[in-house]
Amino acid sequence: MPREKDLPKRASRDPKRSGDDLRVIGAARRRVDSRGKVTGQPIYADDISLPRMAHCKLLRSPHPHARIRSIDTSRASAHPGVYLVLTGKDMPIEYGILPVSQDETALATDHVRHVGDPVAAVIAREELTAFEALDLIDVDYEVLATISSPEEALATPEPRLHTYGEEGNIHKRVSFEFGDVNVGFAEADEVFEDLFFYQGSTHLAMEQHASVAAKDRDGKLTLWTSTQVPHYLHRSLAKVLGMPTGHIRVIATPCGGGFGGKSDPMNHELIVSKAALMLDRPVKISLTREEVFYCHRGRHPVLMKFKAGVKKDGTLTALDLQTLVDGGGYGSFGVASTFYTGALQTTAYHLPRYKFRACRTFTNKPPCGPKRGHGTPQPRFGQEVQMDKIAERLNIDPAELRLRTAVKPNELTANFLQLGTVGLSECIERVVAMSGWKDKFRKLPEGRGVGLACSCYLTGAGLSIYWNQMPHSGILLKLDRGGGVTLQAGTTEIGQGSDDVLSAIVAEILGINTADIRVYSGDTDLGPVDLGSYSSRVTLMAGNAAVQAAERAKAMLAEVVAERLEVPPEYLVFANNHVFDPGAAEKKLTFPEAICLAEAKFGTIGTAGSYWPPKMPAAKYKGGGVGTSPTYTYSAAIVEVEVDPNTGWLRVVNVWNTHDLGRALNPTLALGQVEGSIYMGLGEALMEEQDFRRLPKKLSHALVHKAPSMLDYKSLTSLDMPPVYTEFVEGPDPRGPFGAKEVGQGPMLPIAPAVANAVFDAVGVRIDEVPITPEKILKALAEKKAGRAPRFGPKHFPQIQWPEPLRVPPPWEGGDGRAINDTPKPPKPAAKVEKVLSR
Amino acid sequence: MATQPVEAQKTAHIRIDLNGEMTDVSFAPYKTLLEVLREDLGHTGTKHGCELGECGACAVILDGKPVLSCLVLAQECDGRKVVTIEGLTADGQLHPLQEAFGDHGGSQCGYCTPGMIVTAKALLDQNPNPTHEQIREALSGNLCRCTGYLQIFDAVENAIVEISKRNAAAK
Repeated sequence: MPREKDLPKRASRDPKRSGDDLRVIGAARRRVDSRGKVTGQPIYADDISLPRMAHCKLLRSPHPHARIRSIDTSRASAHPGVYLVLTGKDMPIEYGILPVSQDETALATDHVRHVGDPVAAVIAREELTAFEALDLIDVDYEVLATISSPEEALATPEPRLHTYGEEGNIHKRVSFEFGDVNVGFAEADEVFEDLFFYQGSTHLAMEQHASVAAKDRDGKLTLWTSTQVPHYLHRSLAKVLGMPTGHIRVIATPCGGGFGGKSDPMNHELIVSKAALMLDRPVKISLTREEVFYCHRGRHPVLMKFKAGVKKDGTLTALDLQTLVDGGGYGSFGVASTFYTGALQTTAYHLPRYKFRACRTFTNKPPCGPKRGHGTPQPRFGQEVQMDKIAERLNIDPAELRLRTAVKPNELTANFLQLGTVGLSECIERVVAMSGWKDKFRKLPEGRGVGLACSCYLTGAGLSIYWNQMPHSGILLKLDRGGGVTLQAGTTEIGQGSDDVLSAIVAEILGINTADIRVYSGDTDLGPVDLGSYSSRVTLMAGNAAVQAAERAKAMLAEVVAERLEVPPEYLVFANNHVFDPGAAEKKLTFPEAICLAEAKFGTIGTAGSYWPPKMPAAKYKGGGVGTSPTYTYSAAIVEVEVDPNTGWLRVVNVWNTHDLGRALNPTLALGQVEGSIYMGLGEALMEEQDFRRLPKKLSHALVHKAPSMLDYKSLTSLDMPPVYTEFVEGPDPRGPFGAKEVGQGPMLPIAPAVANAVFDAVGVRIDEVPITPEKILKALAEKKAGRAPRFGPKHFPQIQWPEPLRVPPPWEGGDGRAINDTPKPPKPAAKVEKVLSR
Repeated sequence: MATQPVEAQKTAHIRIDLNGEMTDVSFAPYKTLLEVLREDLGHTGTKHGCELGECGACAVILDGKPVLSCLVLAQECDGRKVVTIEGLTADGQLHPLQEAFGDHGGSQCGYCTPGMIVTAKALLDQNPNPTHEQIREALSGNLCRCTGYLQIFDAVENAIVEISKRNAAAK
């Protein structure tokens, strides 16, 4: 029997703020889809089997970089049981998640850019037959020089991976200056220059990608697939297949983990769709775990140079940040990721002047893209470790330093991000109190230490991926005479609990239970467009759309019930499956009775709700859209570690954290997001690496993944996970549904820097890169012993030819959000209607 | 040599007790227990996550012991007793572990959940009162990327309490 004292007390909530009249919102509840999940009932994409279904396997490049001289598929096509062999020429239309990076084809046309890049597809009666036939495809490659790192990409303009981009193998450079940082450095008492490196890592969702495509009875296409972004996939399918979106249905199957890894339209999704249309039979593909490592789209490795000016009291005077981003072979979300390596440096601590330059290069590795925290964990690591160094040098407690510089609610930052509610100071104060920080910091015995770090994250990207004026989320509600409510959403349930949160919002407003609501989500035919499960946007955006749809339905019911009960509609309360006047016990109707009355008066009861983010972002300079969000969340974490100075072995003993989430709509789910984020942050801090190595020269010398298996790619197991103590800081934000902000990504961000800062507290060495391994700690300890800088980390940041920065005076220098040196652009066409949508 | 159609390859045959029901199945002899469960018996509740015995998503209970069904040849299972996630509910009621995973956030994306729950069941069947450390140890072969494991521990510990209450009430 577990004893009470064994069970860590977690997720205590602020009692001052939970005592309102909400019944569903804020109550810890079993999620609406839990029964299926615990009985093995959900049909994931790989569980689908359809009559006459064929199987697809992909031939992937064994070379990191090569031209395809020719492909001969004749032997494979003639193999018994093979139905179809596809190559790049069968579907040459380029696509990509971002309009500015339409640089992928479903199968390589003439150029492969990383080991694992798909070259041909075999569709056969049996999966094993398809496997066999892959060996019968003859590809003649002209091997090209491999670009294995961003430094190599900068130094090696030829051969180019892509003909677009800035020049050579530079995909994208961005350069901004918000106020003159040199003035800031001149004002500073101390200037800190630090280099950091944040290694790439991958999502490692438990479910490998899988898809099934079929031609419908009416000739249209249905694709069942494990995706986070059915809407963007829908658009890519239309483009590549040359079909109107109205003839394509994307069904996001229950998603066995995403974390950003299922946010790109993937080549295999396009390939099975094409094959199903050609063959007139369902076609399925299930990737192996190794293939998933080569699809990647995960965390970009980023080299960073931070130069910060500070006054003696800890006030920041300026920050100059440069980042060098390893993009891999394709664009993916990379342009956005590049902006994100500096967009949120202004949102936690007040920065009066800020210069930010970033460069993304192409390399011959699987493309990097969005992983939990998208582009921001890397610079957050650098900034938070540098803050710790500043506190150390200035002899200020790291918590106190952050409290002094924390941003204020509703602040407009140097780069014109409009903040909402800000719970950062409360997060810091509470995590300090709950962890016993003041008794531990610099006071624990040698080998033990604590470290603190904070973070900020967006609650949904303010701009959609393609420019348009339509809402970011929509919800349809249908109220049935029997009292059942159907909720149709374009949202994608990837495990985070979006179906539950949307049900809870509607149940709260209509006074019913979540059990009375049926949710249809992730289906482009059934639900209105939702942009997808990324950027921590769903609770706020789809949630607000659900509020609007439910309020509209409630207004219809209230009107008819008020007439029947002869009370003013504003007296009515919707609760416990009834609509009633709390002042008169006899004045009440059941919820189904109310619906029947409303249906008799208005006809079928269906309502819609929509959500647009604030339409006029304060940032009007080019690139200013990245980082905008309806509101931001804040986190603080303290990590306690134990370091063995003889072996470098690092053990995380405890994690305390606080997260400013506005309001926890379902505390059980919110806690799950916090703990899952911390787990993933610890993985990146301690062990996870999407790293590459060269095969021996006598073999192909190809650049291959070091560890494309779940055994060799290290992640935390149940034995590695330390106790985590969480407190929610709940200050409802008026921009969120019932005050809610995001919780799925922010809590991850302070973890890696808190570990690094704790290692310094424990043994006095700085590990300025992740993962923080025993080997690196030992090397730093050896440096310390030898009397050199007690540090492990990058030593050099390459010279990059930066473009002239866009100069945007910050608000306090009279700036209006525009750059003063930008060349004016021709005005945008008034209402750009999407081509695909107009068909 | 081309592969024969799967139907023609179904030369192996076993009879197993699958979730309390005697079940006959013919299948291609190279198949693992996981493949036979999913492809030949339509029991897709058991998941595959790595094909190599690294992730635990495919865990089932074989003769009372938790095994990774992707590492067991189906042919080895003739006459044996297999319990999968589909076998945990009884009389339309969820097993206390299933209830607890629902109540305590033990399942997010749900993909590791079947393997996690049957592994926990195998533990509790052998040791009804494991310590926190024993629970961590027993589940250490089951990876989960969503929860950070803590709510899974909560779920198992609450299920232990519930099971002991039910057993006490039954006495």
